[in-house]
Amino acid sequence: MSRLDTLRGPVPPHDHNARTIAALAANPGCNRRAVMDAAGIDKEKTARHLGHPATVGQSVFAIIRANAFEEQVKANGCAQLLKLLREKLDLSLPEVSYDDVNNVGDDRGLRHSRTRTLLRQAAEDRGGGTLFDHPVLKLNIAGKSVYLEPALIAFQLKGRFHVVEIKSFAVIDGQADPGQVAAAARQSAVYVHALRELFAERNLDPALVSHDVILVCPENFANTPTATLVDVRQQLTVLKRQLSRLTRIDTILDELPMGLTFDLMHDQDGTPTRSRDELLKAISEVDARYAPECLASCEMAFFCRDEARACGSTDALGRTVRDQLGGLESVATVLGLAHGTLLAAPDQAEIASQLRLVRQFRLEATA
Amino acid sequence: MSIMTAYAQAEAVRAGRAQPIASVRHAHLSTRPLVFIPLKMAGEAAAPLGAMVGTHRDDPHLLVVPQPRDRSLRFAFVTELAEVMVPYIESFQRASETVGTREPYERFLDAPQILVPNRGGIGFTRLLGRSSRFRSADGPYPVHPSVPVLGRWLTFLAERTEFAGASTLLAMTELLALHWATGQSGTEDGALAALLAWIAPPEGMTALEAAARAENPLLTPPAGPATDPGFDAGVLQPGIEAYDSTGSPAQVRGAIKSQLEPTWQLMWEAVDVLRGLPEGASVADRWARDRDDFSRYTAHLATGGAPQPRLDSAVAAAMRLERLEDAQARYDAQRAFDDPLVLAEYRLTGTTFAGRVIAADPTRIVTGRRRVLRPLITVQTSDPVRLAPGQVLRSPARPGQKAEITELAAGRIVLELSGGMGNSLTPRPGSVPEIGEWLTYTDLEVPSPRKRPPFPSRENTPWTHGGPPPEYIPTDEDAQEAWS
Amino acid sequence: MTPGEAAEDVITRVLADYTSGEHRAVVVDSPPGAGKSTLVVRAARLIAAKGEPLMVVAQTNEQVNDLVDRLATADPGLAIGRLSATSFVPPPGLTRHPGVRITTRLADLADARIVVSTADKWAYEADQSWPWAIVDEAYQMRSDKLLRIAAQFERALFVGDPGQLDPFSTIDGERWAGLSWDPMQSAVAVLLRLNPDIVPHRLPVSWRLPASAAPLVSEAFYPFTGFRSGTTEGERRLELSAAGFPGPLDATLQEAAATGWALHELPSRHTIRTDAEAVQACAHLATRLLQRGPVAHDEKGSHAVTADRIAIGCAHRDQAAAIRAALGVPGVTVDNANKLQGREYDITIVLHPLSGRRDATEFHLEAGRLCVLTSRHRHACIVVARAGIPELLDHHPSTGGVQLNVPVKFPDGWEANQAVLAHLAKHRVVA
Repeated sequence: MSRLDTLRGPVPPHDHNARTIAALAANPGCNRRAVMDAAGIDKEKTARHLGHPATVGQSVFAIIRANAFEEQVKANGCAQLLKLLREKLDLSLPEVSYDDVNNVGDDRGLRHSRTRTLLRQAAEDRGGGTLFDHPVLKLNIAGKSVYLEPALIAFQLKGRFHVVEIKSFAVIDGQADPGQVAAAARQSAVYVHALRELFAERNLDPALVSHDVILVCPENFANTPTATLVDVRQQLTVLKRQLSRLTRIDTILDELPMGLTFDLMHDQDGTPTRSRDELLKAISEVDARYAPECLASCEMAFFCRDEARACGSTDALGRTVRDQLGGLESVATVLGLAHGTLLAAPDQAEIASQLRLVRQFRLEATA
Repeated sequence: MSIMTAYAQAEAVRAGRAQPIASVRHAHLSTRPLVFIPLKMAGEAAAPLGAMVGTHRDDPHLLVVPQPRDRSLRFAFVTELAEVMVPYIESFQRASETVGTREPYERFLDAPQILVPNRGGIGFTRLLGRSSRFRSADGPYPVHPSVPVLGRWLTFLAERTEFAGASTLLAMTELLALHWATGQSGTEDGALAALLAWIAPPEGMTALEAAARAENPLLTPPAGPATDPGFDAGVLQPGIEAYDSTGSPAQVRGAIKSQLEPTWQLMWEAVDVLRGLPEGASVADRWARDRDDFSRYTAHLATGGAPQPRLDSAVAAAMRLERLEDAQARYDAQRAFDDPLVLAEYRLTGTTFAGRVIAADPTRIVTGRRRVLRPLITVQTSDPVRLAPGQVLRSPARPGQKAEITELAAGRIVLELSGGMGNSLTPRPGSVPEIGEWLTYTDLEVPSPRKRPPFPSRENTPWTHGGPPPEYIPTDEDAQEAWS
Repeated sequence: MTPGEAAEDVITRVLADYTSGEHRAVVVDSPPGAGKSTLVVRAARLIAAKGEPLMVVAQTNEQVNDLVDRLATADPGLAIGRLSATSFVPPPGLTRHPGVRITTRLADLADARIVVSTADKWAYEADQSWPWAIVDEAYQMRSDKLLRIAAQFERALFVGDPGQLDPFSTIDGERWAGLSWDPMQSAVAVLLRLNPDIVPHRLPVSWRLPASAAPLVSEAFYPFTGFRSGTTEGERRLELSAAGFPGPLDATLQEAAATGWALHELPSRHTIRTDAEAVQACAHLATRLLQRGPVAHDEKGSHAVTADRIAIGCAHRDQAAAIRAALGVPGVTVDNANKLQGREYDITIVLHPLSGRRDATEFHLEAGRLCVLTSRHRHACIVVARAGIPELLDHHPSTGGVQLNVPVKFPDGWEANQAVLAHLAKHRVVA
């Protein structure tokens, strides 16, 4: 049993997907998250058992809307999409064939081999344009295969394969929510990367896969789709760097006590039976690097926030706050230095004098 | 974010209570603001779900869209909203004053002020304006004539928020965060309930307890425009289904009301809290600019002016950029002059200092081309000054007077004064600081209006910037733009 | 081709394109020290020789003064007008040229062949039209400034360095994001996006950067275009004539003298912006450097490196102020990156923008900032930093937003920082 298996306990690991892989870059400095993700631990359940359930979640209406929009764009052999590609992106697709990889059934392994075969044929015979629906790609993450399911892959747009991402947030007068576009770009970069790896494996030129992904979104306030090219080169660079850093997990693990486990000890009904205090103690063995941004991206965030607040950490106040305070770790130190009740260590002399000034100026201004 | 605010946050953590970071109110607060709390359907850009709106805390109008996917119901919502908002806005178009010396013009004495809970509320206002302003009362998809009028006003208000210091549409969380630092991060401060929990926690509760309560969507519904996913699945969806099958909106109405009412109360509490702060000295000047813009847009509408275009042309964008930068510079300087707590931040960076006058030569005359009054004063300070001789400074105590640094050494700064002392060679009493006076001097300056070189007209957009753009004429296509 | 031939080849084509009058705009991308000013002077003289009037636009008064000085030096007989604001006090570099006329009114310059001024001043002269224009430091010019003056000329040569800091605004211009005429962009960016037929020329050789620096700066900050050094390995040499003492200060100086780079690394610690130890290190390095009697040997000969040939660069104004206060020797330039743009020194000392920080912000990561700081030197660049920057970069969350239709900016600051640090690691001296 590997150390990661021990950490997770006797439950099947949570599989990675494009979203979780993209999230590796959300807070790469956090060891706790790195270890839990690497072990495939269910963070949501863990947080709930610790008494800090996550609020990260999507509305049913948003899910319904997203599915309906994707279905609409893909209906009738992607009729709407093809029209868009022709008109909006000025791409000539004279003859388009449409291949639904799902034809081989639900099994992801089968669908993956089918995807590979189709892509290879298409890459070697550069004749017609092709849309591959429900493709399955594979990526090796820290020694484990992960299946990925992009929305679509389009071929033969100016001789290159393009990943098509269908999202239901609106593009209004050419602009969309930057956070949602960024999330789509990070996720698409995972597909581009996987596709390129697949090509490289088969001695095909990875450059055949474009770094421009086609983002399909509803336009303005209607359901009519619009397409925009999004350059994901920067997201690719970040992704590659994060993947190459996954090996650092070993160094984190090496420092952890032997036998450490985050096992929730589920009973037969799947109810966790592990004592909360014990779990809390185990989790606390791995350092978190909490920042308020985690609240929107990590299931453990409320637990980590509580932990940060409990020890009076300036991290709970935000990244910029901590840098403004010269990196001081605790609120007590900040106040102690400002009030002069705490003797400044030699390496705190500057921030201490700065804080004393801050306090003096505040007092003078409010006098 | 400055170290002053960061430190105030640390103080707030210890005190268990928000700490002031401003000593005066830096925004105009109307005697009759309109509170507007919109909710939108999750997953949609700007599909209204409901809203609470009104000018009296005891008399909120509740607007509800029982089936948000129904296009005609959405327009009914906008029409109903217009019935409340347009008369409110127009009520400020009655009394005016004549201002301006060279080119006199009429300016309304007051202007509308709409308060939304947060930045999302401003975004929703903008999108609702965008989706309504091009509509037409006739043609294939006719709407009530008030819909495009409301659309233009909402757009006007949303665009005005880009100007620093503008107060016609304000996000309550931003307004509060401008005046108080809490013991939580900016992320948490984005939620009105959690922010108010630190500023004015309910009786018998610590700020942290109140904030925890504020974060529980079952106890405190979010202030919108997004609703809580749990509410969507557990309450709203069954309500909409009930409407679909029975035609009765009662269930949805009750659901939406339950989500809006707590925020409605919080908004008025926040108004009370803000009223407790004295108004900054320059707020009236900035409000006058709001009234200017309001008067201008009223005139534009009165002459049948076109709705705001979807995009700024190259020339329009450059002109707007200039106005936005002017507003920002004015706001930054005015805020510092109005408020010693804000000015304190500049003391830390060494561009502002405070100290006591230890020597003065109030009647010093300098003879150049003519004899002029140039008093000298020496100010002693222990501030970490980073200024150089030659720098011209001003003091909030005497903003009309310039003070040039002539010497600067070891905490003693010699300043040569000019202006603000009357026209004779003897200074007006009190116009020259006296020995012992405690003063602050800063290199900040409230920019005075100056003549700018012109931009080309739209028709003369140069080739470097794409040449003249096509004339914008709202088309039927705009009016018909699908809306569901 | 030798570097000289390669550069001349491009310049010849630029001048032919420009003077042919067939192009409304000719754009020249010039990496650091690639002979931009020389090109501007040559182009200006060619137009003057045609007997046609020329308006020259620069962005700051210093740049205008410098250009006028160069033009007048190159061609003392040329009638040059320097259009200025009323408060302008001309420096000696201008008043010494009899051919240069300095005035606030364009009407006084009827005889001038060439009139040089800032973009701000030109904006007031909308009535007159010029057949020819040169816009210098065009990447530092914000698009709205070009909009004001573009109608004044028929055709123009735009010259600038695309790798430096973007123009700045105090406001957030999100509403225009994605528009090709977004006024927050540089003048050249808007020009190229709206006139896609313009293909920029690229000066291929940096005459400033030594062979030790050009490959790194080129790879890190100009990944798609690239350039090379005009000199070869060993052609430039820095000699410290006075003997050193044991210790990190001298070790750093020796490393820099021997290799052209040094990383003076202070112990890892989170600090405030004006980190006193780092500030002291910058000041001490400069002082010690001057004590060591540095002599620079290059393709033009040998000269003593005096204080005016040394600069200390940093990210913030308060850091510059702190270093100035700590500096015991006069004459050394201390400024932030924005102020150092376009300037050249023999040796630079750089306080790394990420030194002592726990988290990076977009400001501190900006590629242009690091590019300016690491590309001002002819001989050596010494970077002062606290240890721990690689970890900071590794831990940097990638959570920024993406705006549709905004061209991705290359290089990315995070990547460029990685490249520079990887290189500096080879020249590390632990202090």
